[in-house]
Amino acid sequence: MAKGSKSRSLMKNEINASSMADIAFLLLIFFLVTTTIVEDKGITVKLPPWSEEPPEELKLKGRNVYLVLVNAQNQLLVRGEPMEVRSLRDNAKEFIANPGQREDYAESPKNAIISLKNDRGTNYETYLAVYNELKAAYNELWDDLCQRKFGKPYSEDLPTSIRKTIKDEIPFVLSEAEPTAFGDEK
Amino acid sequence: MVKKFKKKRSDAAPGISTASLPDIIFILLFFFMVVTQMRDSELKVKVKTPFATELNKLEEKSLVNYIYVGRPNDRYKDVYGTKPRIQLGDKFAEVNEIPLFLERHKTKVPESRHGQITSSLRVDGQVTMGIVQDVKTQLRKYGQLKVNYSAKKRPDEDKG
Repeated sequence: MAKGSKSRSLMKNEINASSMADIAFLLLIFFLVTTTIVEDKGITVKLPPWSEEPPEELKLKGRNVYLVLVNAQNQLLVRGEPMEVRSLRDNAKEFIANPGQREDYAESPKNAIISLKNDRGTNYETYLAVYNELKAAYNELWDDLCQRKFGKPYSEDLPTSIRKTIKDEIPFVLSEAEPTAFGDEK
Repeated sequence: MVKKFKKKRSDAAPGISTASLPDIIFILLFFFMVVTQMRDSELKVKVKTPFATELNKLEEKSLVNYIYVGRPNDRYKDVYGTKPRIQLGDKFAEVNEIPLFLERHKTKVPESRHGQITSSLRVDGQVTMGIVQDVKTQLRKYGQLKVNYSAKKRPDEDKG
């Protein structure tokens, strides 16, 4: 201690700043790693092309159509039964895959058609939640199939050939009907 | 003794060297440049995008055009009311102005990549579907079929 106080007079009263840059770099790297950069994310959708003529009448078997109605009070009616958004995913999955070979569910995933119809007064939040659940149902089915066939989870980064095989097996068919206008905002 | 002490003190150079300060400032600057998103237009409508789980990333910013839909901000409430409105670029717009907006964006994109243009719909969760439907119909009529419904990642605990 005594030595320390003696050398004080000799010591230059300055902090060595050469390591400051390193510290700053460390901080920079720390922030880069821990923070997530603001990203643009969302549900990508391919809209059907516009045609002036009314779409031709398709004769579909009732059992293949998964009709989802959303009214202006944000309530769901799925195949004639009221339903909560949170049970939609599993119900849709069961309908598409039809593991129990039920008479009133889709003949095969290839035949399954999801029909979504909302009202002009439906909240966008609800609409997107419903859409998200239906997409999630398909994503989970694709994931299962991909695991069984190729032993890896489904993702958009897989080779096109694999994705095509999966999507041939379970095509994503979601048709959106022209919304009703009962609850439109005045 | 006192005199000597004083002398020593004035000899020593006080103060912290500021030589590295610019570097630090520059690093901070770069950091914020990288992390924050440049917004070229001020939002005049309130947009709080809903939560979702099945999200795709939008890769190239230059291939994306943004259509905002929401209720006007408090500042614009008196003039524009509280009905949901569309914002294109930095001003309020009507549905029929969308084709021109898309056409303008198209000129900035090389022709070979026109097919990859995505429209990002940044729509407030509390907006009713009527106006969204009008926008969608307009996009379909124009032929802009690649659309991204902007959403945030849902926190894990209320999944499904």
